[in-house]
Amino acid sequence: MSDAVEVKTLIIDEQEVSARRGQTILDVARENDINIPTLCHLEGLSDVGACRLCLVEIKGSNKLLPACVATVFEGMEVSTNTERLQKHRRMILEMLFAERNHICAVCVSNGHCELQTMGQEQGLTHIRLPYRNPSLNVDASHERFTVDHNRCILCTRCVRACAEIEGAHVWDVMGRGINSIVITDLHEEWGSSTCTRCGKCVQVCPTGALFDKSKVGTDHPKNPDFLPYLNLMREAQ
Amino acid sequence: MPAFTPPPLPSDDKRWKIVNGTMRKNGFARHALIETLHTVQSSFGYLDDDAIRFVARSLRVPLSQAYGVVTFYHYFSLKPPGKHTVTVCAGTACYIKGADKLIAAAEQRLGIPPGQTTKDGQISLMTARCVGACSRAPVVLYDGEVAGEVASEHVLEQLERWAVE
Amino acid sequence: MTIEELEQIAESVRLENAKFDYEVNVCMDLACASQGAEKLRDALVKAVEASGKTVLVRRTGCMGPCSSGPLVRVDPEETLYHHVNADHADAIVASLGGDPVPTLQCDLNDHFDKQVRVVLENAGHIDPEKIDDYISCEGYKALLTALTEMTPNGVVHRITESGLRGRGGGGYPTGLKWGTVAKAGGDLKYVVCNGDEGDPGAFMDRSVMEGDPHRVIEGMAIAAYAVGASKGFIYVRAEYPVAVARLTTALREARRRGLLGSNICGTTFSFDVEIRLGAGAFVCGEETALLASIEGRRGTPRPRPPYPAVSGLWGKPTLINNVETYANIAPIVRNGGKWFANMGSERSKGTKVFALTGKITNTGLVEVPMGIKLREIIEVIGGGVPDGHTFKAVQTGGPSGGCIPAEMLDIGVSYDALLKVGSIMGSGGMIVMDDTSCMVNVAKFFIEFCMTESCGKCIPCRAGTAQMHTLLSRICDGSGTMDDLELLEDLCSTVKEASLCGLGQTAPNPVLSTLKYFRNEYIEHIAHKRCPAGVCNIKAAVEVLA
Repeated sequence: MSDAVEVKTLIIDEQEVSARRGQTILDVARENDINIPTLCHLEGLSDVGACRLCLVEIKGSNKLLPACVATVFEGMEVSTNTERLQKHRRMILEMLFAERNHICAVCVSNGHCELQTMGQEQGLTHIRLPYRNPSLNVDASHERFTVDHNRCILCTRCVRACAEIEGAHVWDVMGRGINSIVITDLHEEWGSSTCTRCGKCVQVCPTGALFDKSKVGTDHPKNPDFLPYLNLMREAQ
Repeated sequence: MPAFTPPPLPSDDKRWKIVNGTMRKNGFARHALIETLHTVQSSFGYLDDDAIRFVARSLRVPLSQAYGVVTFYHYFSLKPPGKHTVTVCAGTACYIKGADKLIAAAEQRLGIPPGQTTKDGQISLMTARCVGACSRAPVVLYDGEVAGEVASEHVLEQLERWAVE
Repeated sequence: MTIEELEQIAESVRLENAKFDYEVNVCMDLACASQGAEKLRDALVKAVEASGKTVLVRRTGCMGPCSSGPLVRVDPEETLYHHVNADHADAIVASLGGDPVPTLQCDLNDHFDKQVRVVLENAGHIDPEKIDDYISCEGYKALLTALTEMTPNGVVHRITESGLRGRGGGGYPTGLKWGTVAKAGGDLKYVVCNGDEGDPGAFMDRSVMEGDPHRVIEGMAIAAYAVGASKGFIYVRAEYPVAVARLTTALREARRRGLLGSNICGTTFSFDVEIRLGAGAFVCGEETALLASIEGRRGTPRPRPPYPAVSGLWGKPTLINNVETYANIAPIVRNGGKWFANMGSERSKGTKVFALTGKITNTGLVEVPMGIKLREIIEVIGGGVPDGHTFKAVQTGGPSGGCIPAEMLDIGVSYDALLKVGSIMGSGGMIVMDDTSCMVNVAKFFIEFCMTESCGKCIPCRAGTAQMHTLLSRICDGSGTMDDLELLEDLCSTVKEASLCGLGQTAPNPVLSTLKYFRNEYIEHIAHKRCPAGVCNIKAAVEVLA
């Protein structure tokens, strides 16, 4: 039976590739330099399949699957960039841009923002959806960092980095639906929370929602690449 | 690793013992969070920060996670309820039969939107998703008692009776 | 407990009941209770005492036609009385042995004739707080038969043979689901009953849990035996306190009788059930969200696979079915799979309970064989639209369903037929709308519901439903444009195809179905700044036209 075979062969965008059993489509695609857009996925964190940008088409199924969590099977034929997918990706990005307040020109992450880059890559030229501009809180109570909820896209990378890597679980999401926001402790000020001040959440944040105060007005690239390294070192111990 | 000792009860209020009882019954397991929050709310009427903190510490649930749970479920309330509560069902059958007019009438009379309590703490105005009494729509709950085929005047009369108490 | 002992209990109940010349059954379900059924029962008890007649006054679950409540049925004559209140008690008791009270008698023959009762067979006949009442109606016989005469595989086979499909909405074949969990490895498995019944307008699950709780427990126990589980959870909405109380009593009684617990009926099978309270989140009807909630977490769904049948509660194989599905199990085990498969249509077997509400004469619960025409349910069983209004649409499937117009009423009710016309079976809510309902406003109502109930995890559902609500609000208040309409349709497409779970994927259905059948109403709002039903508050219509 095909399930017993450890190595699978499949086709991604007309390219024949091989994969290990249990590997995700995203993993295999990236190994073969096939780009599938992602926002909530981050190497080193668990996957939640929430941003829906990595949806791909599988031949024989009408359902779109998130490449970050869907695993390969023998003979699978994957399309990662069809017109249908492009249309949905642009709409999802439009939804994100219109959901809160993303004015790139005045943002600390301008030029280093994953949302901004993604919009450019996906050929987004304008936003048809009405902007919601909810005017949310900016919490600058922390001595080193600031959270500006107006720029948050609720990818929950900060929540996962804090819980899974730092082990502190200071961040989580409160409320639900369009009113969800990330919080520290009992929705208390970040500065007086149980935060360990490790700064991992800031490094993994894809936008300018979490930023280092000392970097305001300067070029502020983030570096989330330490996560796989940390995981590797922990496994070795 | 030292053995875990649950935090002391927040006060000698007997209701904390009931709360602790729910947690003990579930072996202080994390999955008892929602059950315990239900006990807190039925004992105290609502959930304040101290209560959430106590439950979270006892069950070893991170504070932010506990707060995330409390605010996810609409049944949980962070504010004390009024002396009386009028709940208008906003389910589909009730909507088709004009529940919006009942809500508007109550809002106007009390001067508060749904989800709030009057300043004097007398009356809370709530809406419900569906109480399952759809065949008698529109439905209103007066302090939990179901009334069916309700007209705006009926709601206003009841609010008047409560207001003069 | 053995089958013989079970029959002894049933016999003693029958003997006890035979001591009475008459049985006066009072419906105490929510609709009747809210109109003084409690007082009525007390008055009947008093009147019986005063009369010296030997009469059993029994409280029962829902009898069905709630709009005629409070309802009383006198047996053995099966005389049904409607709109009864405490003042009528003396007259009813006085009439026993003579002619019925003519002013109270109701003629609902058309309403009942087309119905077939499987799930609701005991409703209106037994006291839900008495396990012996249930046992006297063949209760727990199916469980004992399964345990002593059937293999777990045999049970799965019987359910498969019946063709039963999940009654929670999706219509997944129940036997297939059971078979998957049965085959999953590991000694620890769970059986979960979804009693969250979040669809506004549906209340059959509440009614079953309140009126016949043992039927649900028996169904779960049989399922546990079939799949090899030893622990069950019933997840009930906190908004249903009576259901919680009745289930708690029923579980206690079942344990007392040895029908739950260790080594049930002297076999190696052990099973017990715990109740878990929901806390007001529609999304917890989605199975992975429901499991998260039982585990004490935020009720957010996760991508499937892995399916709960393989990795569910705490990572263990878990069987999830809804209340009505479990309520069908005992009769199937008792009467055989073929008996069940003989009812219904080609691919939808058995009966389905619907909650008829809205602008219809006979509101309440009805149980009909699958395949029956929608028109028969609405015009014959439901008695049509009252007050001289005309029928416009019937909404099925709750916020995930669609609105079906008059010209489609001749379809037979089945999972596939409803899907084909742009709606779904859902849990069985049927809300009738007449010419006073604006379909754009109805669409807005449902999207507002989905927006409020969205968990917020995935972007299409979280932000998409909010955007759809904005656009629909614009159209309703007269400021919408044809571009908005196009954008709305694009949004529908992405929310439907890209959302993570069923809530998001079906959220656009009410919009899509009203756009399909009532597009002219959208156009009227946009182009002519007019709400044909006169529901929407169109602002500044004159200026816009000028």
